[in-house]
Amino acid sequence: MRLIIPLAITFTAGIIMILNYFIPHQPFRLLGDNLQDWYLIVASGAIFLGAANLMHVHFRKIRLKLKNWKYSPVTIIGFLVMFVLGLIYGVVEGKPFDYLFLNMVAPMGATMFSLLAFFVASAAFRAFRASNWRATLLLTSAFLVMLGQVPIGAMIWDKIPLAKVWLMSIPNTAGQRAVMIGAAMGVVATSLRIIFGIERSYLGGAD
Amino acid sequence: MAGLIEKLGNMDRRIIFVLIALSVIIPISFNLILPNPVGAEPSRDLFEYVDALPEGSNVLVSFDYDPSTMPELQPMAEAIVLHLFKRNANVVGMALWPQGASLGQDAMSHMADSLGKVQYEDWCNLGYKTGGGVMIVRLGSSISAVFPTDKDNVPWSEIPMLRNITDLQSFSLVISLSAGDPGIIAWIMMAGDRFGVPIGCGCTAVSAPQLYTYLQTGQMVGMLGGLKGAADYETLVGIEDGQAVRGMAPQSVAHLVIMLFIVIGNVAYFSQKKKGGAR
Repeated sequence: MRLIIPLAITFTAGIIMILNYFIPHQPFRLLGDNLQDWYLIVASGAIFLGAANLMHVHFRKIRLKLKNWKYSPVTIIGFLVMFVLGLIYGVVEGKPFDYLFLNMVAPMGATMFSLLAFFVASAAFRAFRASNWRATLLLTSAFLVMLGQVPIGAMIWDKIPLAKVWLMSIPNTAGQRAVMIGAAMGVVATSLRIIFGIERSYLGGAD
Repeated sequence: MAGLIEKLGNMDRRIIFVLIALSVIIPISFNLILPNPVGAEPSRDLFEYVDALPEGSNVLVSFDYDPSTMPELQPMAEAIVLHLFKRNANVVGMALWPQGASLGQDAMSHMADSLGKVQYEDWCNLGYKTGGGVMIVRLGSSISAVFPTDKDNVPWSEIPMLRNITDLQSFSLVISLSAGDPGIIAWIMMAGDRFGVPIGCGCTAVSAPQLYTYLQTGQMVGMLGGLKGAADYETLVGIEDGQAVRGMAPQSVAHLVIMLFIVIGNVAYFSQKKKGGAR
């Protein structure tokens, strides 16, 4: 039963959603809407599970003094402060939760992402070599796109932004589309394997 | 000379970090602003589509990002919302990312205040809901089923501007400001392809190459890619000293510095290769 019930639920839900897509009329529409509502409820529940798990992991790290445990109190305090302020004052504009979000969380997040610029520069300096004709082609394209992506490119030569748009629209699109079509066919095949019970790894090893 | 090239080739990365920092700090300190001509780019396509919307159109703006990508996407959000308000569109905000709801609120209330637009009459923010692509499909049959209240818990029935909105097809345009998944691809697949709603997007510069395919097929009406896309939109809307326009000078200098480093690295590489040392 441990195997049959999950497989039956997966098969039924999968088939209903396929029918709902191709036949968007009753009763499939109603069934599809209900399944989507269930999904939203389960996904919302998963957020609480994630928060509880975050606390569990960090309290355990502190208790066992695992590597870098000193950062865990920061995570826990940050979580609890935002959680309590959100509960007491709500998350509406102008309240403490919103103030802390816009003045602490937002600048810190932006700072983390901005650090990428330094690592990109360093990595490009060490790794971007015109070692053969293919690498040279890539390097030339990268230069054109980097210049076309900023106004100084047009100031150097007004055709550079056009070259960037051409590179992005034609050669880039050809490559991207090949990857996307391959990935999409893989998704369809994997989905069918899951719906028909051939792929069972999501059951967590039960057999 | 050969010794100098070798030294440059083995440059300490801390020197690179300092020069990159200076290339950003100096243009910002001197308030350097470069002219930003907007050619036949996807950003112009999005602007022209929004500009051609009839007055009173319902437009859904989805703030699908978080603070880490805010420097690129927040200027886009503000420029697009400003343009929509100027076109007297009814702007409905929402988010597929939890933190996007607050960032969207900030952009919309800021722009609404500057133009005297009234919350719940001209704009509202439905907030965040989990579920990504599945949630978008559900919006296709009923939006109030997914968002019975807005971000501030005001019931759907008490918001005047939502009276003529039932599902996704009530919107003339959906714009996703997207930093990843769930984001613009889910909107294209679910809202655009399945329900026929026109889709526009703003995205980070790194994700723009993947999205050009959807422009070519007509699945998107236009796209703002990275800070340049935001600067293009600010220029087109008429924001002369917007955040993105001001960001173009430091970005230009930083790009030139990175290109200079690549050239130095290659000169050192070929110099070593000539001596038989490069791998």
